[in-house]
Amino acid sequence: MPERQSPLARLAPRSTEAWLALVILLLAGFLGIATDTFLTLTNLFDLLNISAFNVILALGLLVVLVAGGIDISFAVAASVVQYLVAVTVMAIGGGNWALGILLAAGFGCLLGAINAALIHYCRIISIVVTIATFNVFFGLLMFTTRGRSIYNLPDWWLDRIILLEIETRSGFAFLTLPVLVMACMVLATWLLLNRLNLGRQLYAMGDNPDGARRIGIDIAAMHFLAYGWLGACAGIGGLMQAHYVQEVVPNALYGRELDVLAAVVLGGARLGGGRGTVLGTILGVALVTMTANGLNLLGVSPYAFKMVVGLVILVAITMSNLQGLEQLWRRLRRRPVAEAGR
Amino acid sequence: MIRAGLARQLRAHGTFIGLALLFALVLLFFGLATPRFWSFGTFQSVAYQLPELGLLTLAMLLPILSGGLNLAITFTANIAALAMAAIIQAGGGPEAGIGFVLLGVVAALGVGILVGWVMGVIVAFIGAHPILVSLAMMIFLGGLGEFLTRGGDISGFPPFVARIGHGTLFGIPIPLWLFLLAAAFWQLMLSRTKFGFSVYMLGSNPEATRYSGIDTRRVLVLVYVLSGLMSALAGILMLTRFNSVRVGHGEAYLLITVLACFLGGVDPFGGFGRTLAVVMALVILQTVASGLNLMGAHQHLATALWGLFLLATMIARWIWLRWRGQGP
Repeated sequence: MPERQSPLARLAPRSTEAWLALVILLLAGFLGIATDTFLTLTNLFDLLNISAFNVILALGLLVVLVAGGIDISFAVAASVVQYLVAVTVMAIGGGNWALGILLAAGFGCLLGAINAALIHYCRIISIVVTIATFNVFFGLLMFTTRGRSIYNLPDWWLDRIILLEIETRSGFAFLTLPVLVMACMVLATWLLLNRLNLGRQLYAMGDNPDGARRIGIDIAAMHFLAYGWLGACAGIGGLMQAHYVQEVVPNALYGRELDVLAAVVLGGARLGGGRGTVLGTILGVALVTMTANGLNLLGVSPYAFKMVVGLVILVAITMSNLQGLEQLWRRLRRRPVAEAGR
Repeated sequence: MIRAGLARQLRAHGTFIGLALLFALVLLFFGLATPRFWSFGTFQSVAYQLPELGLLTLAMLLPILSGGLNLAITFTANIAALAMAAIIQAGGGPEAGIGFVLLGVVAALGVGILVGWVMGVIVAFIGAHPILVSLAMMIFLGGLGEFLTRGGDISGFPPFVARIGHGTLFGIPIPLWLFLLAAAFWQLMLSRTKFGFSVYMLGSNPEATRYSGIDTRRVLVLVYVLSGLMSALAGILMLTRFNSVRVGHGEAYLLITVLACFLGGVDPFGGFGRTLAVVMALVILQTVASGLNLMGAHQHLATALWGLFLLATMIARWIWLRWRGQGP
């Protein structure tokens, strides 16, 4: 049957990124008119400060999705890393940012490597492995810490570092350290996926694992690279989150994996691998963060937030294949005829 | 000769033999670990708690057999129960008559079917990944439930509702009857009907199934509709057991349902797996849960143990498949 393009599909923007940019612009315009606080520098800088953690984690998850896997254990892994780093630096009596980031990335990599080893060597599918490690990480963390938080973190970890400060009519607008770290991670992930041979191999493996193996790609190395990268991102993100909220709470990040996953998938990364871009991921996080912020500014109950995010993803999935939607519509309309003819 | 025969037997019925051995080990371990284990109380707790977990596992089994997954089962159960609770409340709460309760049951099942239909349509017609679709549905339903209940409980049902969840019929708890009926239905459907056969075929090779003239989209939609229906049934059961509805109730079951399916020998990629083996796995898991409870295990330690159990199951499966692949 020849492919017939529907008039609806021809009107639509060509890429996911273009779609997202359009939706974000419309949303920003609407919120700018509906509220007088959204389009202020203070609010926009705050959005950047808040979403730095989500962007860093989303970048790591993007790499795993591109490689054809999925992970839901990374947010809890970030909590585990926070504890491990806190205990380590307190044991050696101090430390500094360089050591902190190194430790966080290292511990994160290790946790990611556990997932990678189980997925690669024991041939278990990634969703099952990470459902299991999610529970193992969280259960052991809550059990060993007895749910206690850590407040007396070292000074270097707690001291606010302000990169840029601008005085506006509605108060001071400032950018903090997590935004800089976010920018570095964006650059690093972009380089990995677009400028390094390794990145192209990740796309190849996600698109067609058998083909990738036959042209000589080291599948084991790719698994460890993808999950290790996500682990490192989770670790560094966790470090930044603890810096931002000034404490380490064991269950603070529980459930965050769903928001991040939602954002990455909205950004066009495909479950099943081989597709996804850094730009799309950033736009995805931006859309989710803006939606939450907008609902908040509009005075909508925070209880409604998750519902809206879920609905947005469901609609986005449905819109991603308009031909399928048309086929469904045709079938629903012609159901009695189709059944008679069958 | 004898060794070869034994090996053949083991290969053919490996799952069942393995599960029976595991069950014996579990009984032995808890029997030694806590003297109170061998008591009527343990049996009773297994008999009353197995059905909720069991119905949810049946709801998970069907999508897995078809090559997918349904992560929204627990929240579908919650939302369905919420619909039932709303109708009972509208009918006067504790004074509501049996008519309203029945209407509530119908509404709950309807909600389950609707949720399943939406997921099935998106999976079948849009071609989206089931993990993604059910995850989005899980986020949406969880949010919807939080929005509607503001995180609180809904209670105040007529007394006879609770009696369904705690009563017995011919000496067997009513929830257990419900589960046995549902499991028997699943078993018959999967092994004796054209639809069941299509589900297995779809799970092992979707393209070949489509080329052999089966309407794969219709089968897929029906898979998720039935999964939603079974989740709703679990929701109704939870309502009668706890005499209240709270969104997030049973969230921890999600891991255990996946575990039960894989422990029961279901292929994670779909296409292979038997209801009876999954029911056996369920009995083992519920015994472990009751045993851990009896030993007073820390709640979070239990969570970690479930995770390790799942990993151990998958690793055992991998070793088993390798051995079988290289055996005589």
